[in-house]
Amino acid sequence: MFTQLRDIQSNRAWAATLAAGLVILVGVPLLNQVVPAGSFLHLPDYLVILLGKFFCYAMVALAMDLIWGYTGILSLGHGVFFALGGYAMGMHLMRAMAGQGVYKSNLPDFMVFLDWKELPWYWLGFDHFWFALLMVVLVPALLALLIGFFSFRSRITGVYFSILTQAMTYAMMLLFFRNETGFGGNNGLTDFKHLLGFSLQEPTVKLGLCVVSGAALIGCFLLCRFITGSLLGRVLTAIRDAEGRVLFCGYRSIHYKLFVWVLSAVICAVAGALYVTQVGIINPSEMQPANSIEMAIWVAVGGRGTLVGALLGALVINGAKSWFTVSYPDLWLYFLGALFIATTLFLPQGIVGLGGVFKKWTTKTKESEDGTRSYVRLP
Amino acid sequence: MALEATYVYLDDRDLVDVSHRTLLYLEAVTVSFDGFKALNDLSLYVDDGSLHCIIGPNGAGKTTMLDIITGKTRPDSGTVHFGQQLSLVGRNEAEIAALGIGRKFQRPTVFESHTPFENLELAMNSDKRVWPSLFYRLGGEERDRIDEVLALIGLADQRHLLAGTLSHGQKQWLEIGMLLMQRPRLLLVDEPVAGMTPREVERSAELLRSLAGEHTVVVVEHDMAFVRSIAQRVTVLHEGRVLAEGSMDKVQNDPRVVEVYLGE
Repeated sequence: MFTQLRDIQSNRAWAATLAAGLVILVGVPLLNQVVPAGSFLHLPDYLVILLGKFFCYAMVALAMDLIWGYTGILSLGHGVFFALGGYAMGMHLMRAMAGQGVYKSNLPDFMVFLDWKELPWYWLGFDHFWFALLMVVLVPALLALLIGFFSFRSRITGVYFSILTQAMTYAMMLLFFRNETGFGGNNGLTDFKHLLGFSLQEPTVKLGLCVVSGAALIGCFLLCRFITGSLLGRVLTAIRDAEGRVLFCGYRSIHYKLFVWVLSAVICAVAGALYVTQVGIINPSEMQPANSIEMAIWVAVGGRGTLVGALLGALVINGAKSWFTVSYPDLWLYFLGALFIATTLFLPQGIVGLGGVFKKWTTKTKESEDGTRSYVRLP
Repeated sequence: MALEATYVYLDDRDLVDVSHRTLLYLEAVTVSFDGFKALNDLSLYVDDGSLHCIIGPNGAGKTTMLDIITGKTRPDSGTVHFGQQLSLVGRNEAEIAALGIGRKFQRPTVFESHTPFENLELAMNSDKRVWPSLFYRLGGEERDRIDEVLALIGLADQRHLLAGTLSHGQKQWLEIGMLLMQRPRLLLVDEPVAGMTPREVERSAELLRSLAGEHTVVVVEHDMAFVRSIAQRVTVLHEGRVLAEGSMDKVQNDPRVVEVYLGE
């Protein structure tokens, strides 16, 4: 129960982060561009795209871990924040191709199709990339702030909060399905042509986006590590374990919960925005309740409250999903369900609790310089 | 005697006036729940720096009395003063805690996935807002203070174990340590030795004795042997009022006390 991969702050972890960074930022471009196509070391274009998607998923997993693993608040609505970030980016991509759609109109194709004459007010400004970036962050942050403020103030916790967020994602999905909402309804936004003048069909641009996603992922990881290693991070974990005590110690726990909840939503949204540039489509199905649940499963399977576990969970499950849905498409959901049940029953610590490979990481007892950051592994 | 205790703590807690050597005054306090008088015209005085035990059979009003002091329950009538000037009636729990009254509940709650060191760090008087806590660095002085308390509660060797692995007794001490980090003037301790092994009881007695003087400690307890081993002054409550008060020997030989409590 208490065992955690607590020394993500150690030198070893720094080295691992640096190595992962090098692989993503230097290794991937090299293997894709420099290594000749015939070589077995060559990284084919389709794998570059897949990796880019995985990096986005991994960011989502980090966001989930921050709110669920560390703070003990299980959100089953993170798909909304992911999708909102995606929509904000998608709206910019639609505006960037104004006049180049099927109807050669200044309006997005779906609006022409609906016989709309002018752009709705909430589409104004998305012609500018900086404005879209701002909205990628602001809109999900505001929604999260609103939901979080009213739930946390009313002390809605545990399973009730999970149900609430699940209902939120379902409601948003229904809203976005409607043509009148003005986000392309069922089909969503798609057929993007270019971003900042770069053609999105170019393999090198796709490689660039993959590397940018990788860099964003590393940035997120470092940010999450900084937060979880701070006193603030320890307050979050304390809220998870004994919120009453935290209040008694003089902390306004609602502020802490709001902070981490909004931050988690924003990380998710940034991941969604990067995701859309790579997959070329965003539609309401991203807000399906099942999507948000799957995000929680990544973290549960990887191991909660460890950050590393969240990363591993997202990569392993999505890797398995890519393979399964090609080889045995009918079996994927059974496999996912079985994996989740098995993890819950036998591996409450997730993959990182497996011991073995990670045993060294979890048994570190040596006192570090500042004396606060060493832990003893428990039976 | 520890009555000459001096205080170096600053801030508005200095408003607590103990020039008469009494820290806590409860006078004619009455509380009733649905007609049942949990406290009935109770008057009690706690000397500054003393170790004061409250005993009494179940339903005598011991826990209600603590609730009144900490602001959890409001009295129907009567006054509660902290020092000569400060009235506690009408203040909420957080305010009262900030004045320097710490309460230790029966069941220990510590942060189980944190180490004792971190538990004390979290409990320390520091800036409790979100942003400062993100950039907070533990200073040398704070570290010394934590070390000092760790030594006091006997958990110096366990400082880097997770608190969830500590024994029941160790968790109780850790919780007392967390209260101490807030530098309370008055410590209210509710049944500190329930469920402890004899050795742990002995250690708890030592700990509480060592706290008196610098702090004022009020202990509510059932365990008579334990009370005998620590108390300087004992108050026996019965049916919401004081039945007897004085040294342990004195109350033990009081025929009324023998009748309602010790004679059971």
